[in-house]
Amino acid sequence: MLNHRHISWFADIGLQDRPRVGGKGGSLGELQRGGLPVPPGFVVTTSAFEQCLDALERAASVRTTVAAVDAYDLPAIQAISGTLRTRVTQAELPPELIEEITAAHAMLCGDDPTQPVALRSSATTEDASDASFAGLQDTYLWVRGVDETIRMIRSCWASLYSVESISYRRQRHFPEQNVAMAVVVQRMVDARSAGVMFTRSPVTGDRSVITIEGSWGLGSAVVGGEVTPDRWVIGKITGEISTRDISDKAIAHQPRPAGGIESVAVVEEQRRKPCMNDTELQSLREIARKVERHYGRAQDIEWAVDRARGEIFLLQSRPETVWSARDATPVARAADNPSLHVMSIFGGRT
Amino acid sequence: MNDIDGTGRAADFARGFPLPSSLRTLAGTEAAQAAYPYYMQFGPGDDERFWFYNSMHFPEPMCAFDMVTAEAAYCALGAANTRVHCLPTTLGIDYRIINGRVYIGGNAVTDPTEIARRTVEFQKRAFYYYENWERLYAQWREKMLRLIGDAQSLARPMLPEFEPLANVHAGRGIASNHDLIDIYNKALEGYFRMWHHHFEFLLLGYGAYLTFFAFCKKAFPEISDQTVSRMVAGIDAEIFRPDDELRRLARCAVEMGVDAHFQEERTPEAIMTSLRAAGKQGELWLKELQTSRDPWFNINVGDGFYHYHRSWNDDLTMPFAGIPGYIARVKAGETLTRPVERLRAERQQLVADYRELLGSDEERAAYDQMISLALRVFPYVEGHKFYCEHWYTNLFFNKIREFGALLAANAFFAHESDVFQLTHYELQSAIIDLMTSWSTGSPPRGPARWPKIIAERRAALAEWAKHETPPALGPVPDIIDDPAIVMLWGITRESLNAWLKSGTDPDSNEIRGFAASNGVVEGPACVIRSVEEIGRLRQGDILVCQITNPTWAPIFQKIAGAVSDIGGSMSHAAIVAREFDLPAVVGTGNATSRIKNGQRLRVDGGRGVVTILD
Repeated sequence: MLNHRHISWFADIGLQDRPRVGGKGGSLGELQRGGLPVPPGFVVTTSAFEQCLDALERAASVRTTVAAVDAYDLPAIQAISGTLRTRVTQAELPPELIEEITAAHAMLCGDDPTQPVALRSSATTEDASDASFAGLQDTYLWVRGVDETIRMIRSCWASLYSVESISYRRQRHFPEQNVAMAVVVQRMVDARSAGVMFTRSPVTGDRSVITIEGSWGLGSAVVGGEVTPDRWVIGKITGEISTRDISDKAIAHQPRPAGGIESVAVVEEQRRKPCMNDTELQSLREIARKVERHYGRAQDIEWAVDRARGEIFLLQSRPETVWSARDATPVARAADNPSLHVMSIFGGRT
Repeated sequence: MNDIDGTGRAADFARGFPLPSSLRTLAGTEAAQAAYPYYMQFGPGDDERFWFYNSMHFPEPMCAFDMVTAEAAYCALGAANTRVHCLPTTLGIDYRIINGRVYIGGNAVTDPTEIARRTVEFQKRAFYYYENWERLYAQWREKMLRLIGDAQSLARPMLPEFEPLANVHAGRGIASNHDLIDIYNKALEGYFRMWHHHFEFLLLGYGAYLTFFAFCKKAFPEISDQTVSRMVAGIDAEIFRPDDELRRLARCAVEMGVDAHFQEERTPEAIMTSLRAAGKQGELWLKELQTSRDPWFNINVGDGFYHYHRSWNDDLTMPFAGIPGYIARVKAGETLTRPVERLRAERQQLVADYRELLGSDEERAAYDQMISLALRVFPYVEGHKFYCEHWYTNLFFNKIREFGALLAANAFFAHESDVFQLTHYELQSAIIDLMTSWSTGSPPRGPARWPKIIAERRAALAEWAKHETPPALGPVPDIIDDPAIVMLWGITRESLNAWLKSGTDPDSNEIRGFAASNGVVEGPACVIRSVEEIGRLRQGDILVCQITNPTWAPIFQKIAGAVSDIGGSMSHAAIVAREFDLPAVVGTGNATSRIKNGQRLRVDGGRGVVTILD
């Protein structure tokens, strides 16, 4: 694939490229590199953002203004946010950048230039293992055509200056100089079903089970908590499905023909049907194991099943943080005499 | 629902279990109850202790002779725990019988000083066993085979009219009537000895396995019991052999071209007669049958604790019932051989996969130690039953049956099986009566005494079988941590709570137990309370029983699912169910009393839930 100054294709990047492609971009590249099914796409790297920001900084300061604001002065943050978002979304892009994006977009969409794509903000501070930025930056789904794509790239950049993002960074004292935004542009999966899965039980921390949650339509309904998803617990090694909670799934997120997505009511006969069959669940299990092996630690994964062909795609994977933090004490240690272990059964309560 | 006093009134355990003293011998059965030895009767002081009904080992009322099993087993179990291995926190198991039902109670050690003293002893003894397991277990097998050989060599008891001339000329110096008491005492002594062998390794074996089990449950809180047992289960354990032999015989029948002789409705005798008439190929198959029978058909259709749990060798109905189904599968192209290498590789992979998931190398080191100990002990845990409960008990009960035939021939009673209505003390007295009569030339006194008593006891057994008995008696302890009780019976404070609760909620259509074998199935219930009812099972039925037994394997190909009152992670029923890929829920506590014959059930073996659909 062609590599330009400001464009990197998934195949060419990995986690180590996070300063350039952001957390989400690095993770998607890493997944593809690991042989996992990721919808094809590229990243508009932080250099494009920096170039645009430089132009803006020449007109009036951006980073120093943000760095100076009080983390808990909400009116001040609101004022700064409003101004900066407008400036970013209205910024003129250099012609060579537009050219690069247009070429990459054409390559991604192939014969059909209106092929829907997803745009995901990929901040350099995002998805760090110690702080989750999840949900703070914008994602735009079902974007059609290159013009709209370019417009949404600026919207993604601008989301770095949303009230929530600024407050979050200020409260955690992230150095503003290091904060930059890449944007993932990815072929959109028209999801029949989608959801999340955890390679470790969120309830007990058990590493031998995978918890899968899913619902009809696009995964944004599950991630955004707008629907109670179906839930399965499946043995990572055995494949035994020990829990099947099939819920009443009243709504689904679907693409709107004109672009973007909408929330629609699920037809009565589909509401209480499981959104995944056992074969698909087993495929998810295989994928989850592969992702976890690739990273060497437990993961939270977003997945989707393509409506037309039933293929499974991964949209995101990040390290599990809650239980990993509690792993300090081992369940048991080796004993000088292995027989001593039986005292846990024969020795009575200790 | 428990009808404890014969009035048909349902008992409610919401406020606890009844006291032993409140339990009455059913009207009209007092004499039969009094026949059991004094040390098995409930008495003063027993109300202060907690007892539970051992329906796992003694699911049906025990006739007078069969109580020797409880007697010999608890003598040996207690000796191992209390005096031989010196388990730190428990002594032996006490037992009592009422209305033919065996109740047992643990004997916990709670004084910390005493526990500490016993711990020192325990480690000197038990650890020696763990460290020398293979050698001691090899020695155990030799001992056990020798004991079996001794039992096989005991002569059939009989009384000639005159002492054989050869004995007289040889100057033998003792007469044939003395042989009766000699054979009887040796048979009885062998049975008590066998139970000592049985418990030589048992608790230590279960303990080592449960150590690994508990570790897995901590490291993987959601791991299923069955997955843990799959990690250590033997691939070619003795317990699989009888069924493997049936598969082999089915293959032989097809290969030899004699499979047409096996038809579902035919009796084993009819099949064998027609094979004999079929010429050389038929004879060849019968020779193969003979190879399988010795020793692998020395397996009882029950747990071997009752005299009427006959072996496949005694009654070929059970094994022959399985052969036509296997023949059909062979003809459909299946080889029916156990893929031993593949299963072994799968087990290794399973162990390695879970190892990989552990959180640290520290945990992996502990895991390695525990699983190697569990793998070391497991051949005994799985294997001992074939030698002890099956092969040996069968020889023993058949020897007693020979005494029954001799006594019946001398008009002590009508049928050889009547002998089992006598306690082993009474049987000894009857034998001495016969010996005396042979020597004096006067008629024996027994024929005037025993028939009436036997009729009375048979009637009592029938009456007792009609009534449920409470699952437990006496005050419920706060905590049950007696390792013997937890290990062998799976009884914990939680399971008692479930019993207490189920007494109060008979209307729920859900019954919960251990998830023993994955899968969901629906079908009609066939409630089997005694092994003699097995013939009622139809293709596609869901077997509902008190305890399933691995020797029921041939009928597992008939049923669609299995539900049992008793059983847990150590249950062989679970292993066989998985072998046959059947959904199974075990350890429900009361499925046989809550489910009616013919009701439609849904068995969810993955969740451990049985739903009554009707």
